Amino acid sequence: MANGEQSSGPILAADGRPLRQSLARALRLQKLRALALIAPLLIFVLVSFVAPIADMLFRSIENAIVPETLPLTVAALEDWDETSGQPPGEEVFAALHQDLLVAVAAKAHTKLGSRLNYERTGIASLFRKTGRRVKRMEEDGDLAAQFAKVHKSWTDPGTWTVIKRFSGSYTSGYFLSSVDTKLGTGGIEWKPDNERIYLFLFERTLLLSIAITVACLIIGYPAAFLLATLPMRTSNVLMILVLLPFWTSLLVRTSAWKVLLQQQGVINDTLVFLGLIADDARLAMINNQTGTIIAMTHILLPFMILPLYSVMRTIPPTYMRAAKSLGATDWTAFWRVYFPQSVPGIGAGAILVFILSIGYYITPELVGGTSGTFISNRIAYHISSSLNWGLAAALGVILLMVVLVLYWIYDRIIGIDNVKLG
Amino acid sequence: MRLRTFLAAGAVASAAAAGAAQAEDMTIVSWGGAYSASQMNAYHKPYMEMNPGVNIINDESAAEAVAKLRAMAEAGNTTWDVVDVVASDAIRLCDEGLAMEVDPDAMLAAAPDGTPASEDFGDFLVSSCFIPQIVYSTTFGYRTDMVGDTPPKDVCAVFDLETYPGKRSLEKRPINNMEWALMCDGVAMADIYDQLATEEGQARAFAKLDTIKDQVVWWSAGADTPQLLADGEVVIGSTYNGRLFKLIEEDKQPVAMLWDGQVFDLDGWIVPENLSDERKKRALHYLHFATDTQRLADQAKYISYGPARASSAPMVGKHASLGIEMAPHMPNEPSNMSNTLLYNYEFWADYRDDIDAKFQTWLAK
Repeated sequence: MANGEQSSGPILAADGRPLRQSLARALRLQKLRALALIAPLLIFVLVSFVAPIADMLFRSIENAIVPETLPLTVAALEDWDETSGQPPGEEVFAALHQDLLVAVAAKAHTKLGSRLNYERTGIASLFRKTGRRVKRMEEDGDLAAQFAKVHKSWTDPGTWTVIKRFSGSYTSGYFLSSVDTKLGTGGIEWKPDNERIYLFLFERTLLLSIAITVACLIIGYPAAFLLATLPMRTSNVLMILVLLPFWTSLLVRTSAWKVLLQQQGVINDTLVFLGLIADDARLAMINNQTGTIIAMTHILLPFMILPLYSVMRTIPPTYMRAAKSLGATDWTAFWRVYFPQSVPGIGAGAILVFILSIGYYITPELVGGTSGTFISNRIAYHISSSLNWGLAAALGVILLMVVLVLYWIYDRIIGIDNVKLG
Repeated sequence: MRLRTFLAAGAVASAAAAGAAQAEDMTIVSWGGAYSASQMNAYHKPYMEMNPGVNIINDESAAEAVAKLRAMAEAGNTTWDVVDVVASDAIRLCDEGLAMEVDPDAMLAAAPDGTPASEDFGDFLVSSCFIPQIVYSTTFGYRTDMVGDTPPKDVCAVFDLETYPGKRSLEKRPINNMEWALMCDGVAMADIYDQLATEEGQARAFAKLDTIKDQVVWWSAGADTPQLLADGEVVIGSTYNGRLFKLIEEDKQPVAMLWDGQVFDLDGWIVPENLSDERKKRALHYLHFATDTQRLADQAKYISYGPARASSAPMVGKHASLGIEMAPHMPNEPSNMSNTLLYNYEFWADYRDDIDAKFQTWLAK
C-alpha cells in the first residue's frame, strides 16, 4: 500500500531529499556562515597571536645555526671521540677552514660564535678573531697549527666538545639551562652552585604569586561583600573607588608606592615623627619582597574584587535571613550559607590574580630590588639584553606549562565549571 | 556654500599634507630625554635646515634597540635608518650581522686640519660597524651633607662602610661593579681583566661586594641614582656622568662628583644592515654631517658628554643655557682622568653571559 511504503521509507523534504540529509545540509551551511562571520577574527588571532607565540616557543629547541654554518665540520667531527682528550685531526681543521671561508663571506661566523658562547665562555671572541685571519691561512699548510696560532682554544678538546654536542638541528640545551642543568660527559648534570638560579626563581615566582593572591583575597573579600550588600546607589559610588586605580597608569601607581614606601618616604617619615620607630631603624619596605607584594596586591586587587562582587550580587539576601530565622548565628549563616555560594567568585578572582601575577614583569622590576623579582624579569633580560632568545623561549615554555598544570589541578579540585566571572 | 568652503579647505589641507609627505622621513633612534634633546639641537635641526627634503623622526627606543633590530630583520621590515647605541651593543649588532660595516675614511668627514676620520676617532673605533659619537662615564656621586668633614677622594669609599655608613646604589649588573671590587681589593689596574677571567678572581670580586651587599640599592635605570641621591636614600651611588652634571649644576642638589675610578664607555651610531641602498645612502649623508668635528663639539653645549673626536675637544665651549664652561665637566678632560678604566668590550662580549649568571645567583642569595 502507498501509505505503508511512505511510513517505512525515510521522511522526505519538499524537494524530495530525505529530511535528515536536508537538515544536516542546512545546519552545515549555517555553521559555515557562522565560521565565515568569525573568520576575520579567527585569522587575526591565528596570524597575530598563535603563530608568533608558536614561533617563539619553537626557538627553545631550534639549533639550525650550527649545522648550517659548519656543515663540513659537523660531518667530519662525527668520527672524533670527545673522551679521547685530544683535539681532532687535520681533516676536521680542513673542514672548519672551508666552512669558515663561506661563513665569513656571509658574516655568519660571529653569529655562530655568540650562539656557542652561551654554552662555553670565550667562543664568541674565538670565532671573531679566527674569522679575521681565516682568509690569510694557507690551505695546503698544516691547518691545525695555523688555527692553534690564531688562538690556543682550538687545541682545547673542550671547544670541540661543545661544537660536537651542539651540532644537531635541535637541542635540549636551552631547556637544560633553564632548569639549572647542563649536558656533561656522563649525561645531564647540575650546574655549579654559583650559577643555579632559574629553579630558585621559579619557586620564588610561585610563592610570591600565591602570597599576592592570598593578600588580594583577604583584602578583596570584605570589600566585595560590602559593595554587594550596600544599596545600589552607595555601592556604585564606592565602585568608582575600586575602578579609579584601574584607570590610572600602572607606572604612576608603582612610582607612587616608591614615594610612600622608601626609607625617606611618607610612611617611614610618619612613623619616625610619631616616635614608633627610631630614625636610624627605618623600615625597609621597598626594593625587596615586601615591596613587590604590596605594590602588586594593590595593582591586581580589582581583578579579585570585580568577579567576587558580580558573584555576590547574585546571592539572594533572603537566604541569610532564612538561615538566621532558623536559629543560625551571624557567623554560621555566613559560613554555611553565604560563603559556599561565593566560592565560584573566589575561584575566578584567585585564578585571574594568580595567572596575572605569575607572568608580571614591570612592577617587580621597579620595586622588587633583588629579592622581589620574578622569573619574567629574567625572561625579559634574555629577550632584550643578552639576546639569548632560545633560553628565554625555554623559560617561557616552562612558565606556560606550570600555569597549565596548575589550571589542571585547579580543575580537578574545584572544577572549572565552578568559576564565574559574572 | 558652507559645504563648499569646507570641501575646498579639505582639499587645500590634503594637498599640504601631500606636500609635507614628499619630504622623506628618516627615523633616528636614540635614548630620549636630555640626550635626544642635545642631538636635536646639535645635529637634527641644522641638518633639516640644510636638507629641507628630509624630515627626521626621533624614536626613543635605543634601550631595546638590539632586540628590536633583530626582530625587524627577521620580519624583513627594518623601519629605522640610524640607531644610537652603546659600543657593546654595536659590537653585538655587528656580530649578528644586523649593522652595516662602515669605512670611516671613505664615509666620514675628516678633521678640519685634514686628519682622516679613522685617526681622529682613534681607539674609539671599537667595532667595524660603529661610528663613535660621545664618551661618557659611569662614575660616583655622593651627598656632600652626609659625608661629614671627609668627603670621599677615591672610588673605594663605596666599600668603606665605617667612614661612609649608609646605603649606596650600584647598577644591577656585573659590568663595572666587578672591576671596582677588584680595584678596591688591591688588584692593579692592569691585572683586573686577567683576574676576572678566572674563577678565583670572580670569587674575589664577589667576596668584596659581599662586604657591602646588604647596604646596596641596585638600580637599572639611569635616572634611579640621581633620584636616590636627591631623596637622601643613598650616600653615594653610581650613574652616568651626564646625569650627575644635571643633578649638581641644573638641579643644585647637595651632591658632588667623584671622578676617581670612572669607567669610560662610548655611545655612537650604527646603520642597520638590511636597508635599501637609497636609504643607506641617505643615512650616511646624515652621519657624514652629524659626526663631523664641529657638530660633535656643538653637542657638548647641551650635555656633559665628551665628543669622541680628538679634534672636537678644543672647540668645546659653554653650556647653552647655564653659561658655564663645559670642558671641566667632560669625562675625558685630563684632570678628571687620573684613575680611569675603559670598558673592556672584548672581555665582556665573551664573559657577559657567564658572569651575569653568577652575578644574578649571587644577588638572589
